[in-house]
Amino acid sequence: MLPASRIPVVVIGAGHAGLAASWFLTREGVEHVVFERGEVANSWLTERWESMRLLTPNWQTRLPGMAYDGDDRDGYATAVEVAGFVKRYAESFGAPVITGSPVESVTAAGDGYEVVTPRHRWQARVVVIATGACNQPKLPDLRAPLQQISTIHYRAPEQVEAEGVLVVGASASGVQIAEELASAGRRVTLAVGNHVRMPRTYRGRDVQWWMERSGLLDDRYDEVDDIVRARRVPSPQLIGTPERRSIGLNELASIGVRIVGRLVGLDERRAVFSGSLANMCQLADLKQNRMLDTFDAWARDAGVDGEVDDPHRPEPTRVDPNPPLGLDLEKEGIGAVVWATGYRSDHSWLHLPVFDRKGELIHDGGIVTGAPGVYRLGLTFLRRRKSSFICGIEDDAADITAHLLSYLQAVARKGA
Amino acid sequence: MTTTQTPPVDNGVNVGALLDARVALSGNPELARFTWKATTEWINGTHSLGTVEGFRGLGGEHKHRSTFTFEADHPEVFAAEDLGATPVEIVLAGLGACLTAGVASVAQNRGIQLRSVKATIEGDHDILGILGADPDVRNGFNQVRVTFEIDADASRADIEALVAQSQKRSAVFDALTNPTQVVVTVA
Repeated sequence: MLPASRIPVVVIGAGHAGLAASWFLTREGVEHVVFERGEVANSWLTERWESMRLLTPNWQTRLPGMAYDGDDRDGYATAVEVAGFVKRYAESFGAPVITGSPVESVTAAGDGYEVVTPRHRWQARVVVIATGACNQPKLPDLRAPLQQISTIHYRAPEQVEAEGVLVVGASASGVQIAEELASAGRRVTLAVGNHVRMPRTYRGRDVQWWMERSGLLDDRYDEVDDIVRARRVPSPQLIGTPERRSIGLNELASIGVRIVGRLVGLDERRAVFSGSLANMCQLADLKQNRMLDTFDAWARDAGVDGEVDDPHRPEPTRVDPNPPLGLDLEKEGIGAVVWATGYRSDHSWLHLPVFDRKGELIHDGGIVTGAPGVYRLGLTFLRRRKSSFICGIEDDAADITAHLLSYLQAVARKGA
Repeated sequence: MTTTQTPPVDNGVNVGALLDARVALSGNPELARFTWKATTEWINGTHSLGTVEGFRGLGGEHKHRSTFTFEADHPEVFAAEDLGATPVEIVLAGLGACLTAGVASVAQNRGIQLRSVKATIEGDHDILGILGADPDVRNGFNQVRVTFEIDADASRADIEALVAQSQKRSAVFDALTNPTQVVVTVA
């Protein structure tokens, strides 16, 4: 076996998060390497559907040391454009990326950790994990003679063989795919549980402008009421389109999508839905309006009422008082299910005692508990509400890099 | 510097204890597994007596402070004696009690003083199902409606949010809206 090469810091993942860490490490002159399983911005190139665009406008696309400089500042980047931006970013400061090197294991070894890829063994004091938040779709264990597609594998409507499709989940992915399938002439049923309703624009501005300017995106993980819940909030019902339109349940119903409750049972013959749809929709309306109240209060206090249109409230979600609680799949001609039920991150290669009973990584704002020198970046609400946003990585990567620098100095002092 | 004293909100719910329990049980999930229990004894006709005495949870057996009983029967229009509530009405009362407990708890947690809370629960029921007269009609409710009348120191939106949140965290609401495995055996 080859002897392990020594290096102070290994970063795993060359997406925007790993590269932001690499940018700070480069600035501080810390020797490091960035392992990437595929190519730079891999998941943007291989795990996104064709029509997908960012939920954030281009003006918000900024990383430490580089920001969007195109002329469509209010537009929304396609996955390919995001990948191009991230690739240019890596080149802009010569990030030490080794592509085609999936990390197979990280284990405690010597004075730090051993990181193994098919071609390398490295011994590092510090490991920064930036492998993304959306590695594996959360899928039920279901054997049914239906075409089943997860959002990671969905590409375009042509892929769906059946005329009738059940889309499960009404976060950003679910509503976008439901709309695309309905527009392509499919009969779409959308199963809706807990969801986040959000208008694309409010008082003439992109909702992301309000979230950023009012300070909502900067809410910290150690200051919110319930961080466990905050980290599980589904992605909002948003879509990035040139006309900046909203995509909620009302919009979907108006193009013929049938809205039903959360999927609670499915076999080869029948789908069963919860009777909680009205409650789910009311909660989403109330939370949306509470958020808009926050924006209005901020606008008043910040004295920007003059720069924006008058306040208004979106129409409440129209809910069928008796939506179907069950559907006969054959009778309805439903032959495909799209699972838009969220993702989990894959840490199966991380052989350290750092997981809770549900297999979730235990960390304090990205500082992994129980493994000094191991850090995580790029998870939902890791340190701030914006942590999983491209524009949110700078503050998190700055915090994490500062922490790891003092850790490296402390172990160097102890070793000396 | 002056401080204004507002009277503390008191809906009679010990929210602190509930929040402490949430933290404690998250770390000891096996203690959070409860088994609730009721017994039903037939008296005569459709009249029966339900009893609850104890339950299992927090790793041990527990007794209620006293034994509670529930008279159940069917109304005279069902050609019965009407010596107690119809079982479906007990289910409605259970839903109302569960949601109301939730409203009080959420209000306490959110600092909202309640003055009165009244829930009216109605269940639409086509009895052709239970009579076996129409195989296309289900036995259970076709729709259940709950109407809350709440007097509290809060805006309408805040009150609606209380009611919405109480549904989100209600065991009986979940039991009625989602399927549950029900296993019936003869001992």
